[in-house]
Amino acid sequence: MVADDMPLAAVLQAYDQRVSLDLSAADMPCLLVPPADLIALCRQLRDAPALRFDFLSDICGVDIFPQTPRFMLVYHLFSIPHKRRLRLKCRLSEQASAPTLTPVWPTANWHEREAYDMYGITFDGHPDLRRIYMWEGFDGFPMRRDFPLRGYKDDYNPMGAKHPPDEAAG
Amino acid sequence: MTETTVLSEITTDSGLSRDVLLNLGPQHPSTHGVLRLLLQMDGEIVERIEPHIGLLHRGTEKLFESFTYTQIFPLTDRLDYLCPPSNNLGYALAVEGLLGIEAPVRAQYIRVIMAELSRISGHLLITGALPMDVGAMTSLLYTMRDREMVMDLMEMISGVRMHTSFCRVGGVREDLPEGAEARIQEFCDIFAARISDYETLLENNRIFLARVENIGNITGEDAIALGLSGPNLRASGVDWDIRRDAPYEIYGQVEFDVILRQDGDCYDRWKCRVDEMRESLKIIRQCIGQMPKGDILIDDPKIAFPVDKDLLAHSMETHIHHFLLSANGFKVPAGEFYSAIEAPKGELGYYLISDGSEKPFRLKVRAPSFVNLQALCERTTNIKYLADVIAMLGSLDPVMGEVDK
Repeated sequence: MVADDMPLAAVLQAYDQRVSLDLSAADMPCLLVPPADLIALCRQLRDAPALRFDFLSDICGVDIFPQTPRFMLVYHLFSIPHKRRLRLKCRLSEQASAPTLTPVWPTANWHEREAYDMYGITFDGHPDLRRIYMWEGFDGFPMRRDFPLRGYKDDYNPMGAKHPPDEAAG
Repeated sequence: MTETTVLSEITTDSGLSRDVLLNLGPQHPSTHGVLRLLLQMDGEIVERIEPHIGLLHRGTEKLFESFTYTQIFPLTDRLDYLCPPSNNLGYALAVEGLLGIEAPVRAQYIRVIMAELSRISGHLLITGALPMDVGAMTSLLYTMRDREMVMDLMEMISGVRMHTSFCRVGGVREDLPEGAEARIQEFCDIFAARISDYETLLENNRIFLARVENIGNITGEDAIALGLSGPNLRASGVDWDIRRDAPYEIYGQVEFDVILRQDGDCYDRWKCRVDEMRESLKIIRQCIGQMPKGDILIDDPKIAFPVDKDLLAHSMETHIHHFLLSANGFKVPAGEFYSAIEAPKGELGYYLISDGSEKPFRLKVRAPSFVNLQALCERTTNIKYLADVIAMLGSLDPVMGEVDK
């Protein structure tokens, strides 16, 4: 769906082609945004009277291994005044980190902790970036596509897979 | 877990007052399942709340990636296990969105009836459990008695009391059995009077009111910033209900009121749910009245199992399709789709990414309880005492199956 009914032209113009429209999305308009512009763009989307995306529904981590850059963060925004939805996509390499959105929407806190816990994606400036589901000391990031389905072998998990040599050394 | 809990030093010479780190749960009855709250206390006063979740974590989203689209339904049942038909519905809509199909009209009515029955079932639990958390036991006995009627209806319709797995991609599993409509109607008549009983029982109970009124107030602005949705958001005066504002299935054809409260305290969150049950009855009655006869599943043998099981004995074609569907599932075109429904706890979203195969590449659940629970540790106001934490937690109505996924 293209953003015919949504005044996104000004937003796209302000970012001078760094932010682009993803025309492949069928259900709602979608913007591709680099991590560096994420916070400024989100503030603009939240505060511009014509947009007012005041509600952050969800943050979803995606691992597209073995493609590069490997990770994708997908943000689903909703505008309660205008009753519209918008998706943001942010591509990240394995070493890169994304800025935290907690200053814009406090609800981002747990969503980002979940993405960190499951994928190992780090968020700069996050107030409390810890695992949220798995216990501290859990080995690896279970939603990564190269994480073995039976987990890694340890004292409690003799059926698990062996560590890759480079990680075992580290 | 390697985590350790440390009790801090005694802060006064007398030893009568001390800062304490208090573990509440995961087994305490008020922690609604297996939630562990770490409370930093100064005497009776709560200084910081830190929810620890993950004790139920079953890796649902990881499992999604190994299951075919039909096999996923039972997994969705186990998210908000009080209201499985709603979870099924949200997921079915996401897959149908990518497939570009729509369930037949009768199936949509049945789905909505089931979803509203499950809303009543979910709300009945908090209607009784919140008062029980703050000391009023009787209400839970009454609400559980009435919830049993909903469970009986679920059993009659789906054959199962809890994990119904009743939806299918493209419709529902079975048509309503004979006599179900009359039984649902009868339930509506009995239950309408019972809702007033809860109000009489609790709104005249000074202890209950003192424990929940003006406790845990959340402003509309804060509620939006914290991502609250559903009754928790509407109790703070924010007028947003997906059923009305982005109607799915046949919600656009039924009339109901969106319940709003203004104070955003524990009482308002409780009251919102009580009033919403009346609206659910209104919707169910209209559905029973409007529901047409017709198909309950799309007629596409590559996606849906045959409704008429006799065909399996007579048609080789049907047999082959049935075998392939059972063994391999069906393919969903590559793409992505986000479906959001108004589940009993709030916005239940399924974000589906398909790579064109028979299994999802990624299926993310936007679980309302997960987001709502965060309000407990963020900047909520008027939580001062330990007793208020219990009321606040109960009023947010988290279901841990959904929080931990």
